[in-house]
Amino acid sequence: MSPRNTTLRKVVNPPQIKGFKPYGAENSKLNSEPVILLLEEYEALRLCDYDHCNQLEASVLMGVSRPTFTRVYASALRKIAKAFVEARVISIKGGRVYFDSDWFHCRSCGCFFNNPDKEQTIANCPLCCSDEISGYDYACG
Amino acid sequence: MKIAIASKGNSLDSLLDMNFGRCECFIIYDTENKEVEVLSNPNKDALEAAGTTSVQLMAARSVSKIVAGEFGMKIKPLLDSLRIQMIVFNKPETSVRKLISMLNH
Ligand SMILES: [Zn+2]
Repeated sequence: MSPRNTTLRKVVNPPQIKGFKPYGAENSKLNSEPVILLLEEYEALRLCDYDHCNQLEASVLMGVSRPTFTRVYASALRKIAKAFVEARVISIKGGRVYFDSDWFHCRSCGCFFNNPDKEQTIANCPLCCSDEISGYDYACG
Repeated sequence: MKIAIASKGNSLDSLLDMNFGRCECFIIYDTENKEVEVLSNPNKDALEAAGTTSVQLMAARSVSKIVAGEFGMKIKPLLDSLRIQMIVFNKPETSVRKLISMLNH
Protein backbone atom coordinates (compact mmCIF):
# COMPACT_ATOMS: atom_id res chain seq x y z
CA MET A 1 0.00 0.00 0.00
CA SER A 2 1.33 3.42 -0.86
CA PRO A 3 2.46 5.59 2.08
CA ARG A 4 -0.14 8.26 1.47
CA ASN A 5 -2.84 5.70 2.17
CA THR A 6 -1.64 5.18 5.72
CA THR A 7 -3.25 8.31 7.16
CA LEU A 8 -6.36 7.54 9.14
CA ARG A 9 -9.46 9.43 8.08
CA LYS A 10 -11.74 10.87 10.68
CA VAL A 11 -15.34 9.66 10.56
CA VAL A 12 -17.99 10.96 12.91
CA ASN A 13 -21.03 8.71 12.87
CA PRO A 14 -21.41 5.24 11.45
CA PRO A 15 -23.84 4.67 8.59
CA GLN A 16 -27.16 3.30 9.86
CA ILE A 17 -27.00 0.38 7.48
CA LYS A 18 -24.48 -2.12 6.20
CA GLY A 19 -25.24 -1.50 2.53
CA PHE A 20 -27.75 -1.38 -0.33
CA LYS A 21 -29.34 -3.99 -2.51
CA PRO A 22 -30.72 -3.38 -5.99
CA TYR A 23 -34.24 -4.55 -6.75
CA GLY A 24 -36.26 -5.03 -9.90
CA ALA A 25 -33.67 -7.04 -11.76
CA GLU A 26 -34.06 -10.74 -12.35
CA ASN A 27 -31.95 -12.57 -9.84
CA SER A 28 -29.89 -14.11 -12.57
CA LYS A 29 -28.98 -10.63 -13.80
CA LEU A 30 -27.89 -9.42 -10.37
CA ASN A 31 -24.17 -9.14 -10.27
CA SER A 32 -23.02 -11.34 -7.44
CA GLU A 33 -19.83 -9.43 -6.67
CA PRO A 34 -20.67 -6.52 -4.34
CA VAL A 35 -19.10 -3.09 -4.57
CA ILE A 36 -17.24 -2.35 -1.34
CA LEU A 37 -17.77 1.29 -0.34
CA LEU A 38 -15.17 2.17 2.30
CA LEU A 39 -16.35 4.08 5.37
CA GLU A 40 -14.20 7.07 4.42
CA GLU A 41 -15.82 7.09 0.97
CA TYR A 42 -19.27 7.01 2.57
CA GLU A 43 -18.22 9.86 4.84
CA ALA A 44 -16.78 11.94 1.99
CA LEU A 45 -20.00 11.64 0.04
CA ARG A 46 -22.07 12.45 3.07
CA LEU A 47 -20.03 15.53 3.93
CA CYS A 48 -20.17 16.95 0.40
CA ASP A 49 -23.63 16.00 -0.79
CA TYR A 50 -25.65 15.53 2.37
CA ASP A 51 -24.15 18.03 4.80
CA HIS A 52 -23.21 20.41 1.95
CA CYS A 53 -19.64 21.03 3.01
CA ASN A 54 -17.28 22.19 0.31
CA GLN A 55 -14.29 19.93 -0.35
CA LEU A 56 -11.93 22.03 1.71
CA GLU A 57 -14.21 22.01 4.78
CA ALA A 58 -14.79 18.31 4.33
CA SER A 59 -11.08 17.54 4.08
CA VAL A 60 -10.48 19.46 7.33
CA LEU A 61 -13.31 17.58 9.08
CA MET A 62 -11.84 14.27 7.97
CA GLY A 63 -8.31 15.30 8.85
CA VAL A 64 -6.86 14.68 5.38
CA SER A 65 -5.33 16.86 2.68
CA ARG A 66 -7.52 18.37 0.03
CA PRO A 67 -6.07 16.17 -2.77
CA THR A 68 -6.60 13.04 -0.66
CA PHE A 69 -10.17 14.07 -0.01
CA THR A 70 -10.78 14.66 -3.71
CA ARG A 71 -9.46 11.18 -4.46
CA VAL A 72 -11.61 9.50 -1.81
CA TYR A 73 -14.69 11.41 -2.96
CA ALA A 74 -14.11 10.57 -6.63
CA SER A 75 -13.70 6.92 -5.73
CA ALA A 76 -17.01 6.97 -3.82
CA LEU A 77 -18.85 8.35 -6.86
CA ARG A 78 -17.27 5.83 -9.21
CA LYS A 79 -18.19 2.92 -6.99
CA ILE A 80 -21.79 4.04 -6.59
CA ALA A 81 -22.13 4.58 -10.34
CA LYS A 82 -20.73 1.11 -10.94
CA ALA A 83 -23.19 -0.44 -8.48
CA PHE A 84 -26.13 1.41 -10.04
CA VAL A 85 -25.28 0.57 -13.61
CA GLU A 86 -24.20 -3.02 -13.04
CA ALA A 87 -26.93 -3.85 -10.48
CA ARG A 88 -24.47 -4.69 -7.75
CA VAL A 89 -24.96 -4.77 -4.00
CA ILE A 90 -23.14 -1.96 -2.17
CA SER A 91 -21.46 -3.09 1.01
CA ILE A 92 -20.28 -0.28 3.30
CA LYS A 93 -17.33 -1.39 5.36
CA GLY A 94 -13.65 -1.16 6.07
CA GLY A 95 -11.31 1.65 5.31
CA ARG A 96 -8.71 3.46 7.32
CA VAL A 97 -10.88 5.48 9.64
CA TYR A 98 -11.03 6.49 13.26
CA PHE A 99 -13.67 8.23 15.27
CA ASP A 100 -13.15 11.60 16.83
CA SER A 101 -13.98 10.72 20.41
CA ASP A 102 -14.45 7.33 21.96
CA TRP A 103 -17.72 5.75 21.00
CA PHE A 104 -19.54 2.90 22.67
CA HIS A 105 -22.30 0.50 21.76
CA CYS A 106 -24.92 -0.80 24.18
CA ARG A 107 -25.81 -4.42 23.49
CA SER A 108 -28.92 -4.12 25.63
CA CYS A 109 -30.81 -1.25 23.94
CA GLY A 110 -28.70 -1.00 20.78
CA CYS A 111 -27.77 2.66 21.08
CA PHE A 112 -24.41 4.23 20.27
CA PHE A 113 -22.99 6.98 22.44
CA ASN A 114 -19.82 8.94 22.85
CA ASN A 115 -17.88 9.84 25.93
CA PRO A 116 -17.75 13.63 26.00
CA ASP A 117 -15.57 13.71 29.11
CA LYS A 118 -12.37 11.86 28.43
CA GLU A 119 -11.32 12.01 32.11
CA GLN A 120 -14.29 9.89 33.13
CA THR A 121 -14.66 6.25 32.24
CA ILE A 122 -18.10 5.08 31.23
CA ALA A 123 -19.48 1.92 32.78
CA ASN A 124 -23.17 2.14 31.93
CA CYS A 125 -25.33 2.98 28.97
CA PRO A 126 -26.59 6.56 29.33
CA LEU A 127 -29.97 5.53 27.91
CA CYS A 128 -30.92 2.24 29.56
CA CYS A 129 -28.20 2.01 32.26
CA SER A 130 -27.13 -1.48 31.19
CA ASP A 131 -23.50 -2.38 31.77
CA GLU A 132 -23.50 -4.47 28.59
CA ILE A 133 -21.48 -1.87 26.75
CA SER A 134 -18.39 -2.14 24.64
CA GLY A 135 -16.11 0.20 22.78
CA TYR A 136 -17.22 0.55 19.21
CA ASP A 137 -14.51 0.33 16.61
CA TYR A 138 -16.01 1.45 13.35
CA ALA A 139 -12.90 0.70 11.35
CA CYS A 140 -13.37 -3.01 11.97
CA GLY A 141 -17.15 -3.03 11.37
CA MET B 1 -29.62 16.92 34.46
CA LYS B 2 -31.39 17.89 31.26
CA ILE B 3 -31.65 15.44 28.39
CA ALA B 4 -32.99 16.57 25.02
CA ILE B 5 -34.83 14.16 22.74
CA ALA B 6 -35.19 15.00 19.05
CA SER B 7 -38.88 14.45 18.41
CA LYS B 8 -41.18 14.35 15.39
CA GLY B 9 -43.95 16.06 17.38
CA ASN B 10 -44.83 17.96 20.53
CA SER B 11 -46.19 15.18 22.72
CA LEU B 12 -44.82 12.26 24.68
CA ASP B 13 -46.39 9.94 22.12
CA SER B 14 -44.42 11.54 19.30
CA LEU B 15 -41.70 9.45 17.74
CA LEU B 16 -37.97 9.95 17.92
CA ASP B 17 -36.70 12.08 15.03
CA MET B 18 -33.88 10.62 12.96
CA ASN B 19 -32.34 14.03 12.28
CA PHE B 20 -31.09 16.12 15.18
CA GLY B 21 -30.69 19.46 13.39
CA ARG B 22 -34.01 19.44 11.56
CA CYS B 23 -36.28 17.66 14.00
CA GLU B 24 -39.76 19.05 14.60
CA CYS B 25 -39.37 19.54 18.36
CA PHE B 26 -36.89 19.10 21.15
CA ILE B 27 -38.42 17.50 24.19
CA ILE B 28 -36.27 18.31 27.18
CA TYR B 29 -36.54 16.00 30.13
CA ASP B 30 -35.18 17.11 33.48
CA THR B 31 -34.09 14.04 35.46
CA GLU B 32 -34.14 15.91 38.78
CA ASN B 33 -37.72 17.19 38.89
CA LYS B 34 -39.06 14.84 36.15
CA GLU B 35 -40.41 17.81 34.24
CA VAL B 36 -40.78 17.87 30.50
CA GLU B 37 -40.39 20.96 28.35
CA VAL B 38 -41.38 21.05 24.70
CA LEU B 39 -39.43 23.36 22.39
CA SER B 40 -40.45 23.59 18.78
CA ASN B 41 -37.35 23.68 16.63
CA PRO B 42 -37.00 27.11 15.03
CA ASN B 43 -34.43 25.67 12.62
CA LYS B 44 -36.39 22.76 11.21
CA ASP B 45 -36.91 24.38 7.81
CA ALA B 46 -33.58 26.18 7.64
CA LEU B 47 -31.67 25.40 4.49
CA GLU B 48 -28.31 25.83 6.12
CA ALA B 49 -26.78 25.69 9.55
CA ALA B 50 -29.86 24.02 11.06
CA GLY B 51 -27.58 21.77 13.04
CA THR B 52 -25.25 24.41 14.39
CA THR B 53 -28.14 26.67 15.42
CA SER B 54 -29.79 23.73 17.14
CA VAL B 55 -26.55 23.05 19.01
CA GLN B 56 -26.56 26.63 20.28
CA LEU B 57 -30.16 26.21 21.40
CA MET B 58 -29.22 23.07 23.37
CA ALA B 59 -26.25 24.81 24.97
CA ALA B 60 -28.45 27.77 25.97
CA ARG B 61 -30.82 25.33 27.72
CA SER B 62 -27.92 23.65 29.57
CA VAL B 63 -28.67 20.26 28.06
CA SER B 64 -26.14 17.55 29.02
CA LYS B 65 -27.22 14.77 26.68
CA ILE B 66 -29.12 14.52 23.42
CA VAL B 67 -30.93 11.51 22.03
CA ALA B 68 -31.50 11.44 18.24
CA GLY B 69 -31.50 8.97 15.39
CA GLU B 70 -28.55 10.71 13.79
CA PHE B 71 -26.27 13.70 14.26
CA GLY B 72 -24.85 15.58 11.30
CA MET B 73 -21.18 15.56 10.48
CA LYS B 74 -20.66 19.20 11.40
CA ILE B 75 -22.51 18.73 14.68
CA LYS B 76 -20.38 16.23 16.46
CA PRO B 77 -17.22 18.31 16.93
CA LEU B 78 -19.43 21.14 18.23
CA LEU B 79 -21.20 18.94 20.76
CA ASP B 80 -17.86 17.38 21.69
CA SER B 81 -16.38 20.77 22.44
CA LEU B 82 -19.44 21.66 24.54
CA ARG B 83 -19.20 18.31 26.32
CA ILE B 84 -22.75 17.41 25.43
CA GLN B 85 -23.14 13.66 25.13
CA MET B 86 -24.68 12.23 21.95
CA ILE B 87 -26.85 9.14 22.11
CA VAL B 88 -27.55 7.69 18.67
CA PHE B 89 -30.66 5.52 18.71
CA ASN B 90 -31.48 4.08 15.28
CA LYS B 91 -35.02 2.95 16.07
CA PRO B 92 -37.44 5.40 14.44
CA GLU B 93 -40.53 3.70 15.87
CA THR B 94 -39.58 4.62 19.44
CA SER B 95 -41.82 7.12 21.26
CA VAL B 96 -40.51 9.91 23.46
CA ARG B 97 -42.44 8.37 26.36
CA LYS B 98 -40.59 5.10 25.88
CA LEU B 99 -37.23 6.89 25.79
CA ILE B 100 -38.01 8.76 28.99
CA SER B 101 -38.94 5.51 30.70
CA MET B 102 -35.60 4.08 29.56
CA LEU B 103 -33.79 7.12 30.94
CA ASN B 104 -35.51 6.57 34.29
CA HIS B 105 -34.14 3.01 34.25
ZN1 LIG C 1 -28.51 0.84 26.52
